[in-house]
Amino acid sequence: MVNLQPNPYEPNEAIILERIQESPNLFTLRLKLTDQKLQDAYEFEPGQFNMLYLYGVGEVAISIVSDPVDSHIIDHTIRVVGRVTRGMANLKKGDRIGLRGPYGRGWPMLESKQKDVVVVTGGLGCAPVVSVINYIDQRRSEYGRLNIVQGVKHTTDFIWKDRYEKWRKLSDTKVLLAADVGEALWPWHVGPVTSLFDQLEFDPTNVAVMMCGPEGMMRVVCDHMLDKSVSAEQMFLSMERNMQCAVGHCGHCQYGNKFICKDGPVFSFAKVRDLFGVKGF
Amino acid sequence: MKMECHFIQSDQLQKLLDNLLANGYVCIGPQVRDGAIIYDEINSTKQLPRGVTDTQAPGSYTLNNNSSDKYFDWANGPQAIKPLLFASRESLWQSEQSVNGQISFITTEPILKPIAIIGVRACDIAAMKIQDQHFLQQQFVDPYYKIRRDNLLTVAVNCGCPAEMCFCHSTGDGPFVDDGADVVMTELDSGFLISAHSSQGEKLLKGLTLQPVTQRQIEESETIRIKSSKQNKNLPHYDIKSRLFNALRDEFWHEIATKCLSCGNCTAVCPTCFCHNETDVAELDGKSSIHYRQWDSCFSQGHSYIHGITIRSETSQRYRQWLTHKFSSWHEQYGRSGCVGCGRCIAWCPVGIDVTESLANFEDRRRG
Ligand code: SF4
Ligand code: SF4
Repeated sequence: MVNLQPNPYEPNEAIILERIQESPNLFTLRLKLTDQKLQDAYEFEPGQFNMLYLYGVGEVAISIVSDPVDSHIIDHTIRVVGRVTRGMANLKKGDRIGLRGPYGRGWPMLESKQKDVVVVTGGLGCAPVVSVINYIDQRRSEYGRLNIVQGVKHTTDFIWKDRYEKWRKLSDTKVLLAADVGEALWPWHVGPVTSLFDQLEFDPTNVAVMMCGPEGMMRVVCDHMLDKSVSAEQMFLSMERNMQCAVGHCGHCQYGNKFICKDGPVFSFAKVRDLFGVKGF
Repeated sequence: MKMECHFIQSDQLQKLLDNLLANGYVCIGPQVRDGAIIYDEINSTKQLPRGVTDTQAPGSYTLNNNSSDKYFDWANGPQAIKPLLFASRESLWQSEQSVNGQISFITTEPILKPIAIIGVRACDIAAMKIQDQHFLQQQFVDPYYKIRRDNLLTVAVNCGCPAEMCFCHSTGDGPFVDDGADVVMTELDSGFLISAHSSQGEKLLKGLTLQPVTQRQIEESETIRIKSSKQNKNLPHYDIKSRLFNALRDEFWHEIATKCLSCGNCTAVCPTCFCHNETDVAELDGKSSIHYRQWDSCFSQGHSYIHGITIRSETSQRYRQWLTHKFSSWHEQYGRSGCVGCGRCIAWCPVGIDVTESLANFEDRRRG
């Protein structure tokens, strides 16, 4: 008998406790590892991800959106974008999947305590930053002013209306929404997300900017923040690349000298700015 | 470890094989097959490519008979150690779904026999050390690689006959082996110099008839080392590491893309390339599914695919990924370049693209 344990490649079984349809293309799976010992020992930070395995189809990297103190559940909000996620969309409560993780480095939540926080997302339902907002929500007094900015292309891309409504009611929190293309009854701003930035409330010397979404958008946000004298060390982005192994071996997620799976997925802008925006990396 | 050098007669080579076999090793050694020197199971020195040498050029590799009696008078075939440790395709685990929907995972255990590889070259020992760094010395250990690595014994032979494509001298990885092998030999006209570089290697030497080394034999070996170090191909001397990343928008990438087929031969023969993908293959009975991994290449369409987008859709971007990774970002990842100078990517490139020439392109021009 050869001993291949611990085996970082091999998933563990998890059960779906709940399935929540967030929008036509977005759903949340609330999971629990079926091995209670593993579930009890499971710890993660906001911004880290798991590899989820759909039986007979394959694995996919998905960000964890539940709160780290909530040790009974592991939530993933999943967008239908490929074979595995399409299959996962058909799962229901009680179904089993595979799970391994958590992987990578998450958001600098501890380092950002007492700072103002600006959360920027673009595109469709950006799960990685949801964990940031939830985390601050649970510990509201430990952070400064919270700004949540979401930009979408079309007003119809806007999902999670209730969540934004809920966040709007948090104390000392500003929620700003913009659509590039507006339509009747869209109550918010029409224009690029950066056109909202004058309304943000933060101290440029004491802020953490956390963002995810299309890289082009993040680039614009970073440039804008640099103009506002926020340092590149205080801007954080969650990056996405092809990931097959999640443990720094398969080589697909390389970004110059970085492996997104283990050096990221969250990077300070300072760490990636040389390559950021160069096509082909 | 103190490395004492001995002399053995040529007939001791068979004894070495016999002893390894008697100790339960599967012996893997060089032999001629389909017009190339490949490494496969061996139990007799008669199987070795004696009297054969290779002629290499960009895009070309041929074998010829030569007048010498030597066993190891050739440079390198397309593969050596890498496929033995990092399999080109292997099953990692299997999942089974029961009727009530429960899923269980079963680790695939590699068929494990200790392997002794005979006649490996300095470049391949250097490459193995790099793959060790990647698979064993990072945050996560690859258990499949590790189990094979723990059971591998290497008998290296210093190069007396580098090919035209070899530039190991300029990367500092050859033509003679520094460390990393268990046993190192140098083939002389009348036999071999042999030394043990590990305790396993020492055990192996105990079973051989060792003779003291003469001054003449040392001189003969030194002459071989000097001759083999004179290689026509070299890495250019500028600071490759920093210059490549300052030339990401250079015209060169588009020029090379008019030749490069994006076939990935270069990464497949590269002894340090580690990229692989994972796929699940469901069994026909629907009750289980096998999870495989296989070599992949940054020249493939799927390598940079994510959510409907191919990050490197252009050949120019793929060639740039390969060159910048090997010669620049590799330094920050592993403290050295990812190239050991084996020259395989030049000989086995169907259109004969030469990495040393690609690099030379950035030498004198201030690009960027
Ligand atoms: S990215 Fe390309 S050059 Fe680098 S290890 Fe992978 S296949 Fe080789
Ligand atoms: S450089 Fe040569 S071997 Fe490599 S991908 Fe291009 S054509 Fe193929």
